[in-house]
Amino acid sequence: MFYVSVFFQYMAQYIKTKLQYRTDLIVEFVSDLMFQAVNLIFILVVFGHTQLLHGWTRDEILFIYGFFLVPYAVFGAFFNIWDFNERYIVRGEMDRVLTRPVHSLFQIILERMELESLLGGVTGIIIMIYASARLHLVFHWYDVLVFIVFVLGGALVYAGVFISLATISFWSDARSSIMPMMYNISNYGRYPIDIYNRFIRYILTWILPFAFVGVYPSAYFLGKTEWYGYAFLTPVMGLIFFIIAVFLWNAGVKRYRGAGN
Amino acid sequence: MDKYIEMIRIRFLMMLAYRTNYYTGILIYSINIGAYYFLWSAIYSDKPSIQGMSIEQMTTYVAVSWMARAFYFNNIDREIAMEIKEGKVAVELIRPYSYLGMKTMQGLGEGIFRLLFLSLPGMIIVIFLFPLHFSTNVSTWIYFALSITLSFIINSELNLLAGVVTFFTLNNEGLLRAKRFIIDLFSGLILPISFYPAWAQEVMKYFPFQGISYIPSMIVTESFQGQAVIDGLLFQLVWSVMLLIPIRLLWRAAKKQLVIQGG
Repeated sequence: MFYVSVFFQYMAQYIKTKLQYRTDLIVEFVSDLMFQAVNLIFILVVFGHTQLLHGWTRDEILFIYGFFLVPYAVFGAFFNIWDFNERYIVRGEMDRVLTRPVHSLFQIILERMELESLLGGVTGIIIMIYASARLHLVFHWYDVLVFIVFVLGGALVYAGVFISLATISFWSDARSSIMPMMYNISNYGRYPIDIYNRFIRYILTWILPFAFVGVYPSAYFLGKTEWYGYAFLTPVMGLIFFIIAVFLWNAGVKRYRGAGN
Repeated sequence: MDKYIEMIRIRFLMMLAYRTNYYTGILIYSINIGAYYFLWSAIYSDKPSIQGMSIEQMTTYVAVSWMARAFYFNNIDREIAMEIKEGKVAVELIRPYSYLGMKTMQGLGEGIFRLLFLSLPGMIIVIFLFPLHFSTNVSTWIYFALSITLSFIINSELNLLAGVVTFFTLNNEGLLRAKRFIIDLFSGLILPISFYPAWAQEVMKYFPFQGISYIPSMIVTESFQGQAVIDGLLFQLVWSVMLLIPIRLLWRAAKKQLVIQGG
């Protein structure tokens, strides 16, 4: 209960500061939209030259991309942990966080919240509605619940991977470029997994499970029964990876010595 | 002239000090090339060619585009915007050199560094990973070298333009992001221009963007033959000269209305 009230207080503060700089906010919205448009245009242009991508139609690919945007937006809004090393370890900000009576990871998530990223999720839902209308998909009432569970699962996969990477800073204070590398790898999850070779497929499923953010959960809504097993693993993978991340985090915090003065 | 060459050298040495950062850069570029390689393989599946390009040409196109990007890409627009924000530009302006010229030279120093430490080793790795096909024709490579130099010039000129606009707007994060978006999409980095619908291709003829990535990559994959190569190079040359005009005009106006914030 205490955590919930802390969450809403941080959120209220956040909204107040953001509304101070409205033009910056609009710039961010527009540039997020442009970022999503690049991939959309890529898909549309490519399907001007081909009917099928390894058996997937244009609208199915659009649906996967639309779905991908939703968990990605949730991740972007709450887990801005990519600059954890510079911001908290190098500057010694972690000391401040640790003196407070709330779990350190929870505080950092709240401090680095970027709610405007959620707009990307709206774009994603619009793309999904467009694609499913063209595909004549039929949804049941419980699909809404499944959708929410899958979105959370996907966001937790992302969060788990990136928090685990951030904890490296507790053991080694060297700057690393693993984070941007991981962002690029995560892009692989936006397309059907069967276009990749066996090795990459294995990695994207079990080691860096970005396929659970886009293609696997989408397969459920697209009615691709052969992928159902993987689709329903989405929340499980999300939980496993997130729990591992929290475990690594707690172990890391114990080792933390502080770099500031 | 000496001082400009010195600037290239200094920037090169500066980058050399942080060269470990670039080893992961090679990996990142290879990962991106890989993603597009698999995508394009699936798109081609059993088609021998699309828009006159075979799958080998397309794979090579993607690999070269990314590795060339390491050379022409620089952040001088952001550096200029930063120096204006922090007021450092005041000191830069009283120094006995052309500020914009110096920025371009710093960009060149960075470009040469990345060409040697990112593009070349990256290319060697990528050749082993993916089925690329390179021409053995010497003239193709000479044209490519020319073309990529012009790419650098056009891209840097666009960066200077975007940077100088900061003198008027003081904060132009939005413009810089929009520029990046346009260049990603219309330079030919993620999609060859010939894949766009005809009307879009027609519109893009009137903009300099395809001179950044599309033309050099088409030349090196020999998707351009004969007259098309010359036309492409002329297109780049004309734009690299033409872009000097708005830079000159904006720069003159900018110096007059410069406001130093702090500093």
